Amino acid sequence: MDIDRTIFKTPLNLPWLLKMAWRDSRRNRSRLFLFVSSIILGIAALVAIYSFGYNLRDDIDNQAKTLLGADLVISSNQVPAPALQKMIDSLGTTRSQERSFASMIYFIKNQGTRLVQVKALAGAYPYYGALETTPTSANQNFRNSRKALVDKTLMLQFNAHVGDSIRIGNLSFAIAGILNKAPGQTGLTSTVAPAVYIPLQYLEQTGLVQKGSRVNYRYYYKFDEGVDAEKLSKAIEPRLDKEGLNQDTIASTKENTGRSFADLTRFLTLVAFIALLLGCIGVASAIHIYMREKVASIAVLRCLGIKAKQAFLIYLIQIVGIGLLGSLIGAALGTLVQRALPAVLGDFLPIEITMATSWAAIGQGVALGVIISLLFALLPLVSVRNISPLNTLRLSLEEVNFRRDPLQWLVYGLIILFVLSFSLLQMENWRQAVYFTGGVLLGFAVLTAVAYGLMWLMRRSIPNSWGYLWRQGFANLYRPNNQTLILLVSIGLGTAFISTLYFVQGILIDRVSLSASGNQPNMVLFDIQTNQRDQVAKMAQQNNLPLLQQVPIVTMRLEEINGRTGVEIKADSTAEIRPWVFNREYRVTYRDTLVDSEKIIEGKWRGTVNSPNDTIYISVAENYADNLNAKIGDRLLFNVQGALIPTVIGSFRKVDWNRVQTNFLVVFPKGVLEEAPQFHVLVTRVPSNQVSARFQQALVRTFPNVSVIDLALILATLDEILGKIAFVIKFMAAFCISTGLVVLIASVLISKYQRIQESVLLRTLGANRRQILTITALEYFFLGALAAATGILLSVAASWALARFSFEAPFNPSLGPPLAVFAIVSLLTVAIGLLNSRSVLIKSPLEILRTEV
Amino acid sequence: MATILDIRNLGKTYRSGGKELAVLTDINFSIEEGAAVSIVGPSGSGKTTLLGLCAGLDRASSGSVELNNIRLDDLSEDQRAQVRNRYVGFIFQNFQLLPTLTALENVMVPLELRGEKNIKNQALDLLDKVGLAHRHHHYPAQLSGGEQQRVSLARAFSNRPKILFADEPTGNLDAETSDKVEKLLFDLNQDAGTTLVLVTHNLDLAAKTQRIIRIKGGHIASDELVNSDQLAGNSYQ
Ligand SMILES: Nc1ncnc2c1ncn2[C@@H]1O[C@H](COP(=O)(O)OP(=O)(O)OP(=O)(O)O)[C@@H](O)[C@H]1O
Ligand SMILES: [Mg+2]
Repeated sequence: MDIDRTIFKTPLNLPWLLKMAWRDSRRNRSRLFLFVSSIILGIAALVAIYSFGYNLRDDIDNQAKTLLGADLVISSNQVPAPALQKMIDSLGTTRSQERSFASMIYFIKNQGTRLVQVKALAGAYPYYGALETTPTSANQNFRNSRKALVDKTLMLQFNAHVGDSIRIGNLSFAIAGILNKAPGQTGLTSTVAPAVYIPLQYLEQTGLVQKGSRVNYRYYYKFDEGVDAEKLSKAIEPRLDKEGLNQDTIASTKENTGRSFADLTRFLTLVAFIALLLGCIGVASAIHIYMREKVASIAVLRCLGIKAKQAFLIYLIQIVGIGLLGSLIGAALGTLVQRALPAVLGDFLPIEITMATSWAAIGQGVALGVIISLLFALLPLVSVRNISPLNTLRLSLEEVNFRRDPLQWLVYGLIILFVLSFSLLQMENWRQAVYFTGGVLLGFAVLTAVAYGLMWLMRRSIPNSWGYLWRQGFANLYRPNNQTLILLVSIGLGTAFISTLYFVQGILIDRVSLSASGNQPNMVLFDIQTNQRDQVAKMAQQNNLPLLQQVPIVTMRLEEINGRTGVEIKADSTAEIRPWVFNREYRVTYRDTLVDSEKIIEGKWRGTVNSPNDTIYISVAENYADNLNAKIGDRLLFNVQGALIPTVIGSFRKVDWNRVQTNFLVVFPKGVLEEAPQFHVLVTRVPSNQVSARFQQALVRTFPNVSVIDLALILATLDEILGKIAFVIKFMAAFCISTGLVVLIASVLISKYQRIQESVLLRTLGANRRQILTITALEYFFLGALAAATGILLSVAASWALARFSFEAPFNPSLGPPLAVFAIVSLLTVAIGLLNSRSVLIKSPLEILRTEV
Repeated sequence: MATILDIRNLGKTYRSGGKELAVLTDINFSIEEGAAVSIVGPSGSGKTTLLGLCAGLDRASSGSVELNNIRLDDLSEDQRAQVRNRYVGFIFQNFQLLPTLTALENVMVPLELRGEKNIKNQALDLLDKVGLAHRHHHYPAQLSGGEQQRVSLARAFSNRPKILFADEPTGNLDAETSDKVEKLLFDLNQDAGTTLVLVTHNLDLAAKTQRIIRIKGGHIASDELVNSDQLAGNSYQ
């Protein structure tokens, strides 16, 4: 009889596979849904951030005009030379100008003083957008009389009201209104340098602008219809560049703002991606358990004649299906979460964010979710092909080789490739992408190792004398099919984020406070005119304040390095010199000795120049030398308010910048700058905040042009900035921890049947409900505690490394916050675990066995 | 009559813990189309292993299995699956219904796998034959053990196999239910002319077949035809 070979050529029969996948899922839907729920949060975070990013890009495009407030802005750190001034004054038809500088203001009613950014404005700026004020009319009213607009945080801080008076320099101004928002300003700028607007016409009378004062000059232009601002900007660029002026157009503002926010969203995307990866590991391990349960069914299907590929496809279809569902839900959730992001990030944003639904973001998120859940599910899924029909006769687990399929290595490879290409897409830089991928791998490996290590230690250290309940609770972490590790990793990672945040915050605050402890300086007075120098010093002494440093400061610009100008060097792409070295204004001092925060590491310190013809050897800070790519003996040409001074680098100094005192990139020897326009800085130490306040009041009254920064102000500012960053980080950590908790819920429900059997067995053996409850609670407590401990341990290590190598500060972690995090995470785990096991715990065994099958 | 199953020098050894365990050695027999044969023997003698090899669920260590003139040893696992789908029915000691499918869907799977159309009525007919048409929408967990076994019987017959292997088909059932299942087995065998190979501990059941192969320690101890006198005699002892 002929063998009918055609029977071997049956098609895959996709419609039937779809039908089987659908049928098979019917009794598992809620469980399958649980598997994907762990990716929902990750997708939600991604979609939220993507949408936010897209909207932000549109918003920046739409609002770039109001961001700049004008068509063109030219800015300069010095009075433009007359010829240049002429050109500046000839541009456009509608112009405004602004001079801004740091100064003290004095609230007359309650005698408060604070360093602010004074902006003296003439003209109708802003031409796009507005100075938003309360009352609204104030933004026009203040322009023509002796009135000021005061930043809203300042108003709050000093409890000031519209109509109160402030003094700036020699002049007092009535507060016309509260300044809520100005073009390009964010919540952050108003923390660091709160603005006070006054009319330019009164600037002279304040007496604050004298030779050597550091004033920023800005010119705002609005062009008539038909004038191409970009073209004009291109045309004047060479001239402005040569004279060291900057300019901004709407296009360049768009670009710059867009770039800095692209960085922010990129960072957030990567954090969200990590949350997603965690979720995916959760999915993979849940599917692993699921597939184990399916071995018998698959073996039967194989008996009935299904091909290995078909069996594989049935489950693949299921997983794509739930991956798609999970991603869609995640995308919907993300679109909602997006609405919260402006509140989280608002302080960093200079513009209004619209909250449109972004289909591009949703599409990306869903595609990402499907691909990644599929990739991770493939790990357990590839072994489906190896399930032999023999399993129907005897279920031996060694027959089902879930671990040793060579295809799994391929899948691992694909996953790593995927992470790599995703990060490459985000960062557009191969090296960074490789670092990120390596970092994620290493991070997970370290977390896993620490988690294992802790479990091992715990197992070793639980003595037999601990009651049975404790030992059983701990032993439960090792039950077959446990998901202990992934829980430790995901909850641990979230905990690590949060506690690292607290530690770093602590380190920074500590560093600043420590640097000013003992007899270290904690107050800096600057902008002291040469003729006020001795009087200010005397006033300090009268208040029993020590004169820790008195330093002259000369401002200058860098013209040439070894005979090459900034323009030449910028044009030369091979030059390894940072462009900013030419753009910035240098504040330089001169002295004949080193101070105790610096030491020479290369070359020779020469403190004085004796004759006008001698070479001037200067000393530069080592980090600045790196940016200059300079060697000892290189020639630097400085421009000191018009006078060109050639110098030679004589030495490199290592400088400890972590002090409340003056430090300098460039130090001149004595004998060169004595006659240059200059101002002085006085560094002192105040014993208390009260003394500081009293001294500042007295100082501002007598020397209104002198500005003061004290430690309290620095700490308060730092605290506020850190608080804002912290909010962002906590927001992201919340996603990681929530993912962990969802994985926890899923794993509790997956192991429910097992738990029921255990609990029935224990009860048959005579355990009462409370004992079973205790065992379960202890199990979750161990889980939460180990996870939190893993995270905290890691963050201690990371923070220590940061403190040691990055901030170069001592690390004395305060235990309060991490302990609180530890307690919260442990209790949350126990609560969620118990909540989900309650049906197992409170019902009678028989009842459960009947209903749960 | 044509030979449906031909076993030549069949041997099976398992390797476990570095040691070789010969479960079956030098088995030879062949079965004619339409016959009803039972395989008996003490526990652990290798009956299930033999059945698995005959049905192509496993590969022999030596010798050959020829089913419907197809040498199973030459085929890949997927090809053997196709052979099973075409020619083989299997009834398991522990039913092995797919828990996520209803009774009806369980019966339909082999037909659907072949890509046949309009199978619902065929499947319902089969369920009707085993007396479960009214329970067709129930899941296995909602059926009793005997009912599940009857569904698995219907499933085994659904693809109209040329040969049906049954491993202890009544092992888990009470006397009354197992009578029902037995009757169904023999009726369907007679109506469709399907070859029947039964593994059983139940000598009464074995006696109802035409031939009994006795396995002992992995060898065939005896292979004899049952005559109808003996059959009658046995039943009334
Ligand atoms: N994968 C395996 N590895 C090692 N030994 C095995 C394996 N599978 C079966 N055996 C052994 O082969 C022998 C035959 O097993 P088989 O299941 O065929 O016996 P049986 O005759 O069906 O017994 P029973 O009547 O109890 O069902 C047994 O001793 C069994 O332990
Ligand atoms: Mg057996």
